[in-house]
Amino acid sequence: MKYVDEFRDPEKAQFLLKEIRVLVPQILKSRTGTDPVYIMEVCGGHTHAIFRYGVETMLPDGIELIHGPGCPVCVLPMGRVDDCVALAHMPGMIFTTFGDAMRVPGSKESLLQAKANGADVRMVYSPLDSLRIAKENPDRQVVFFALGFETTMPSTALTVLRAKKEGVKNFSMFCNHITIIPTIKAILDSPDLQLDGFLGPGHVSMVIGNSSYRFIAEHYKKPLVIAGFEPLDILHGLWMVLKQIAEGRTEIENQYNRVVPDGGNTVALDAIGKVFELREFFEWRGLGSIDHSGVRMTEEYADFDAERRFSVPALKIADPKSCQCGEVLKGVIKPWDCKVFGRECTPETPLGALMVSSEGACAAYYQYGDIEKIHDTRAMVKEMA
Amino acid sequence: MSSVVEMAKKNGKPRHRGKVRVSTITLAHGGGGKAMHDLIDDVFLEAFDNDGESPLEDQARLSLSDLTALGDRLAFTTDSYVVQPLDFPGGNIGKLAICGTVNDLAVGGAIPLYLSCSVIIEEGLPVETMREVARTMAATAREAGVTVVTGDTKVVERGACDKLFINTAGVGVIRAGVNLGVDQAQPGDVILVNGVLGDHGAAILNARGDMRLTTPIESDCASLHGLIDALLKAVPTTRFLRDATRGGIATVLNEIAEASQVGIEIYEDRTPIRSEVKGFCEILGLDPLYLANEGKIICVVPSEDAEAALAAMKSHPLGTEAANIGEVNDHRPGRVVMQTVFGGRRIVDMLVGEQLPRIC
Repeated sequence: MKYVDEFRDPEKAQFLLKEIRVLVPQILKSRTGTDPVYIMEVCGGHTHAIFRYGVETMLPDGIELIHGPGCPVCVLPMGRVDDCVALAHMPGMIFTTFGDAMRVPGSKESLLQAKANGADVRMVYSPLDSLRIAKENPDRQVVFFALGFETTMPSTALTVLRAKKEGVKNFSMFCNHITIIPTIKAILDSPDLQLDGFLGPGHVSMVIGNSSYRFIAEHYKKPLVIAGFEPLDILHGLWMVLKQIAEGRTEIENQYNRVVPDGGNTVALDAIGKVFELREFFEWRGLGSIDHSGVRMTEEYADFDAERRFSVPALKIADPKSCQCGEVLKGVIKPWDCKVFGRECTPETPLGALMVSSEGACAAYYQYGDIEKIHDTRAMVKEMA
Repeated sequence: MSSVVEMAKKNGKPRHRGKVRVSTITLAHGGGGKAMHDLIDDVFLEAFDNDGESPLEDQARLSLSDLTALGDRLAFTTDSYVVQPLDFPGGNIGKLAICGTVNDLAVGGAIPLYLSCSVIIEEGLPVETMREVARTMAATAREAGVTVVTGDTKVVERGACDKLFINTAGVGVIRAGVNLGVDQAQPGDVILVNGVLGDHGAAILNARGDMRLTTPIESDCASLHGLIDALLKAVPTTRFLRDATRGGIATVLNEIAEASQVGIEIYEDRTPIRSEVKGFCEILGLDPLYLANEGKIICVVPSEDAEAALAAMKSHPLGTEAANIGEVNDHRPGRVVMQTVFGGRRIVDMLVGEQLPRIC
């Protein structure tokens, strides 16, 4: 932990905060209007760390963090959860999933509820655990709920490659992997977005490298700094973004160069390239369909594609009307401005997926959030009740 | 319902050891006939009834005068233990079933005295597993100075329970003058813990085997009555004690804040957590504040008695790593806040459901 503790040093944090306190007023002074500097962290891991360490409570007025769509659990549409539940209820099925996907609400059941209602749903820590379960249960079908950005895509791809090599016949993936670049592009194309820069995702960039982000700086004229997940990484990354804004630069910079190579990870990219191909359309919770933002398995690995092996309902289920997940994801409103935040929608009874995972902006605000705001919101809710 | 001991000794028959010759428990062992008689005799009596001198009836008979000599109120508690796996580094379900109930009595300021033990066994459980659990229970009870005086055995069909469930109830006597309460925390009080947090939760998760981490994390499972006795003798003004089991210290702190209508502020850099447990939580995306403990108490004491309370705990083997982790305030009643090592602040709320590992 000594290595990690270096990235949680409060003295170094104070130094960076001092610098940030100088930069923010400088930026605000140089432009018209009263809007704060908006910086979006795309990655759910960043959102979690920001709340876990109280980073947001340390920032000065005049800078606001927007917690973007980087939690793959949160952006999963309800229809896809229903498909998971349908697969899980098939006779003889063992449905395996990462832990935090268990609570995501479908239109009727979550996977946790499906398990309580008799489905054999098992929590695993990696797709390889799922493959092991398949080998241990040759008379059952085992489906792994594959989801996540490029961070988790390589482990899924390598597991499929291994399953094929070992000739495992009763194993397949329900593929819900999504890819980051079209997502950022969709956000930037959104007309109601106010954004001055990005903290780029560290884990994703470890796989894809940093050249894929160039269009953000060149075409959209926004700075992006790839940042790690320790609190000092986040403060350092924010400082680097602010410095670019203050100096009028828009570049792609890499704060996390101890982990992220410029060219990405070629082994991981090769595996991804073999197993996956882009889907033309993929639905996102709260954001609608984003072209080429999802992947599915190539024809060569169709035997391992649960969508092709089994019949799933594949229905489109509209998000509850009262939910404003999309507006929260784009930073148009803060979680506590949502009509149902903290009332109908709580971590105990999530309506929107952003309230499910601790990487979701709403759950993070509810559990770790800005103390004054949360208190005021709850007080208000109490009064109204 | 029959007492474990009573079943075997009915009609004054002599006890025979080594009667159970099969390797697994079957429904016959819960049927009330010879197989059950043999199981109780061979497994439970051997473990619990060493002297063979206690009078055996359908119920335990406890001397009122002995009880009233120790204090002025009776404490009575029950808890069921359903842990998987049954064996884990640092203990097994039997040790847990004794320590947990002893601690539930002790945190109320009671001297733990008598326990019951009811087991629900899934058919197919190896007899040797049950024997080992019973022996551990007996040894743990002896160490804690409590006696298992009554019990019950049921065997259920495969799938009706998960290997073995144990219920223990306990009786103790609360010393005169001791009045601990969750609603008694006052602004200015300090919050103490008797050592590192989250070991039990991490050990159980690790022992489930899915992660196969080689990190040696052992459960902190222990009977805390000795430590609590030392603390209450040194600091009779102690306001509240609770063992931080399921839900971890975060849950207990929230219960105090809610019941006492006070705010609580704790400090991450003063909260003792083993580096192995921190690393384990980092990998899985869990928060050690919510991990279960089986040998840790939260104490609320007036600030002027904090040093004496810490010294009393540190003088006991189960409190050498005791720490002052925060204080009670009147800022936001019902709210627990943590000052992070990084200098930020965050809310420590009640956990919703169980902690689920994050995706990445």
